[in-house]
This record gives sequence, C-alpha cells and structure tokens, in this order.
Amino acid sequence: MSLHVDSGPSTRAPVPPSRRHGRPGTGRTFLSWLDLKAAPYLLISPYYLLFLLFGIFPLGFTLWYSLYDYDLAGTVKWTGLGNYTALLADSAFWNAVVNTLGMFVIATVPQILLALLLANALNKRIRGRLFVRLGVLLPLVTSVVAVAVVFTQLYGRDWGLFNWILGSVGVDPIDWKAERLPSWLAISTMIDWRWTGYNAIIFLAAMQTIPKDLYEAAAIDGASRRRQFWQITIPMLRPTMIFVVLNSTIGGLTLFAEPTTFYGGNVHGGSNSQFQTVSMFIVEQGFREFDYGYAAGAAWLLFIMILIGSLINFLLIRRIGGKK
Amino acid sequence: MTTLSAPAETRRPRAKWAGGTDLWKATPLTRIALIVTIVISAFPLYWMVVIASRTNREATDIPPPFLPGGNLGQNIQRVLTNEDAHYLAGLTNSVIIASTVTISVVLISTFAGFAFARLRFKGGRILLLLVLVTMMVPLQQMGMVPLYRMMVSLEWIGTLKAVILPYLLNGFGVFLMTQYTEQAVPNELVEAARVDGASTLRIWWNVILPAVRPGMAVLGINTFMLTWNDFLWPLIVLTPDNPTVQVAVNSLNAKYGTDYVLIFSGTALSVLPLIVVFVVFGRQIIGGLMEGAVKA
Repeated sequence: MSLHVDSGPSTRAPVPPSRRHGRPGTGRTFLSWLDLKAAPYLLISPYYLLFLLFGIFPLGFTLWYSLYDYDLAGTVKWTGLGNYTALLADSAFWNAVVNTLGMFVIATVPQILLALLLANALNKRIRGRLFVRLGVLLPLVTSVVAVAVVFTQLYGRDWGLFNWILGSVGVDPIDWKAERLPSWLAISTMIDWRWTGYNAIIFLAAMQTIPKDLYEAAAIDGASRRRQFWQITIPMLRPTMIFVVLNSTIGGLTLFAEPTTFYGGNVHGGSNSQFQTVSMFIVEQGFREFDYGYAAGAAWLLFIMILIGSLINFLLIRRIGGKK
Repeated sequence: MTTLSAPAETRRPRAKWAGGTDLWKATPLTRIALIVTIVISAFPLYWMVVIASRTNREATDIPPPFLPGGNLGQNIQRVLTNEDAHYLAGLTNSVIIASTVTISVVLISTFAGFAFARLRFKGGRILLLLVLVTMMVPLQQMGMVPLYRMMVSLEWIGTLKAVILPYLLNGFGVFLMTQYTEQAVPNELVEAARVDGASTLRIWWNVILPAVRPGMAVLGINTFMLTWNDFLWPLIVLTPDNPTVQVAVNSLNAKYGTDYVLIFSGTALSVLPLIVVFVVFGRQIIGGLMEGAVKA
C-alpha cells in the first residue's frame, strides 16, 4: 500500500522546537513525570474505561445472573447451577443448538471453498481490477436486514423468483420457511451472498504475498495449475485460513439477523422453531419470557460452544497442508 | 506489496514452462466466473430497486418483472409517511449514532494505538494482549442481559445513548491503530520530537496524527458501516417509535409482510447511504481490508 507514503508534507516536517519544554528536569519534575510516565496510561484510559463498563462488567454479571431464577412476576431466587441443568435438558435449547450448527456447516464449508476459488480468479491478470474487486465486495456494504428482506421475498412460496425458476424447469414450488432443510439452505445462501466476496478479498491479499518464484519453480518441475493451487497456495494460506475460519465460526454461531428477518422479525424462528438459532433463543428467553437467568445461562453455553468450535476448527486448519 | 517491487530479472522466459502458458493469464473460464460473481453480487440490490419501483400487483406477477417501474417516488413517500415505521426518525437516529460512534472510536483508538505502538510503559504488552483476547468474545450475546438491565436501571431504554455507549468499545480499532502507528511512524521521529522538547500530547498532534490519517480513514469507514448495519442491540434497547433505520425496516417487515413495495422501498433507502460511501471510498475500503488481512 502506498497510502501512507504520501500522507502530506506534515509527516516529514520537523516538530517545531519548543523553548518552553527545552529545559529538562529543572523544576518541572512533576510535569515531566506526568508527561512521560502517566501520559501512556491517560492515552489508553478511555478504551479501558469502556472495556470495564461494557466488557468486563456485563461478562461477569452474565455469570451472576445465570445463577438466579427470574420469573414473569419479578421474583428472583438463587438456583445455583439450576439454569444450566435445565438448559441441558431443554429440547428447545438443543433444537437451537442443532439449527445453529447445521446452518453454520451448510453455510461455511461452501463459502470458504468458493472464496478460495474466487480469490484465485481475482489473482489473475484482469482488466478493470478495482471495478471487479468492488463488485465482489458490494454485498458486504448491504446491511444484513436488507439482505434478509430481499432474499426472503426471492424465496417466497407463491411469488418468489426462485420458485418461479424451479417451476419453469418442472420442479414443484418449495415452501422454504416451512421445512427445516429448505429454511437452512435459504438462510445459508443469505450468509454466503454477503460474506463470500469479503473472504475472497482477504484470501487474495494473502495470495499476493506468496513469492511468485515458488510457482515458477513448480511450473518448471511440471506441476499442473491444480497441483500448484493445492500444494503451494493452500498451505501458504494457512494463517489467513485460520483467521477467516475463526471469524466465520464466531459469526456463524452467533447468527441472528438473517433467520429473524426470514420469519418476519420474530425470534421464534419458524412455526416449530425449525430455524431458531441460539442467539434467537437467548433473546426469546430474556426479552420475550423475561427469564433473564435462563437467557444468561444460554449465553454462557453459547460462549463455550464458540470456544470449542474455534478450537476444533483451529486444529483442523492446522492439519491442512501440514504434511508438507 | 512486496510482489510489485520484485526485480525484473527474476522473470524467466515463459515459453519454457510446462504447458507453455503464462501463469497469471486469465483464462476465459476465469473471466466468465468473475462476471457471474459480479452479476450474483449485484442482483439482489438490483432486485431491490425493481420491486421498490413497482406496484404490489406487479411485484406478485408470474413471471415476475425484471425491469424497474415508475413508482419509486410514490413508494418512498409511503415509507416516509408510514405511521408504524417512524422511518425519518430512524434515518436521523442512525446518522447520529453512526457518526458519534465513528468519531469517538477513531479518536479513542488513535490515542491507544499511539501509546501501545510508540510509548514504553509497564503492563503495555499484557493490556494489548487483553484487547486481542476479548476481540474473540461475542459481547453482544454474552453481555446482552446485564447491559439491558443496566440501561433499565439508568432509565436509558429508548434513548440513543443506550445504543451508542456500548458500541464505543471496539477492540479491533485499538488493534488496527496500533499496527498502523507502528508501521507509519518511525520510532526515531518520536525520539527526535522528544529531544526537541515536545510533550506527549504535542507529539500526538504534530507527529502521529498527520501520519496515521489513512489508517483513521479506514477504521472510520469500517466503523460507520458496522454501526449503521447493526441490528440486534438497537432492536433490544430502542422502542419502535424511536428506532434506528434497521429497526424501522424490521417494523415494516413485521407489520406489512406482503406489502413488498413498501418494505423494499424502505430497505433500498436504508442501503443507499452506504452504497454512496462505498462508491466514494471503495479504493480505501479494499486497500484497508487487504492490508489488514495480511497483518492479522
């Protein structure tokens, strides 16, 4: 990037020597202490103040809440791990877990493969490079709610474009919202539409740092392009792959806006909760049933899910190309 | 990019390679794949405009219409005057929230980035590590219940500050500005300014700020987009009569399920500001994204 190279003459202009500060240590010890020792802490203090208030505090209190039982009447009583044992025996919670994991897998696996192929295509010499990259990134600017609104209409049972296309090749219309698998597929396409281009651009950035000599040497040795892609590109992309997969894991397991909008802004996730995710379950418990303790417990279980998911994915990616 | 500055002599005669072809040449298949990708990327946005500019009867035609109609102005009028959506209030609120959050996050991150990158102080490494670790925590889900209760007891429910304040916590910003400052401001420059007797604040203003401006721009655009598009937290702490634009679209979607032209017009209008930002700053967005990706 050459962005910072020509950031104006001011970068190179020497700081005007200030005579007022020119006498170090003479009667100004407090000020100079303040300036040298305290200034760094003052500079980071706004961030850590926010971190305390809106990071540490809610995290700790979520744990606290999860140990209490709240009911609609507003009575609160200690229940220890009661919320957790109840959650683990709650089929509605497990349904949300299965939905979340199912959609995560259906959405993420093709998304990452497509993003890799797309990045490989973007890495070729093409005309109108900036235009093509902007085109690929366009979905990212579109809000999740907007994406979900448009796709929900496209997936409409009676007047949706997708069913019309299916109908014109002789397939019966599908009621995308009514069944589990079709709804998962529909929601997964919304996720993939929005994120594939973004991940492709990330992969592209990493691909451009791979030394071209590697490919030239491989080509001289007679390795086909496909072989070069799997034997050079993929292993060299491993660090980026970890970043992308961990990002997708966090995003995928906290999925909320797409399925909510798909069911008209309702967190129940379909008539039988066939596409209710854990995030929607938390909101439903906390803000529709006002069972704060139950919702807080579910939030902690979700966090544990994310940790386990991240760990599994991390180990999987580390193995890819690890034989090399 | 290192590849661009590779000396010319490393190039070898291409004809000798296996297959005899140029490795980086785009095949027709590549071109077709890219064109298809762009069409798929743009189609839902195009479709948004098509439906938003039609009537409901046309929107439910079989086969559906594929070209925009002439009702866009009239439909947008309906969105803006709709009594359930409070759309104009939503737009105004989103502008206020996104701008406030963007300016604050950029400032807070530039301060912290300067301290972490170019000042030596006790505990700096550990504090920075803490930022990185918490970037992995889904705070929105994890902190939702206590944060909501906190806003209730402060009587902030339905107010913009309930949305704005939690958004100000942005670990990515601190991380990005630390990286950027390290790369854009040589240590010698800070030392030289110090020798000249400049105070820390003065160094920030005269040395750091001019050099990290491009990084601030990238962070600013990014923060604005994320804040504008966020949905879950405003949905919880705001009331439908004082919404953000996303919540307003959600109200339309929830109450007028089959009034497609109304919902689509509201949606199109909510996306428009970001498309403008994207077109104007597209080069910077892509540059920042690719640069950040390599460093992460």
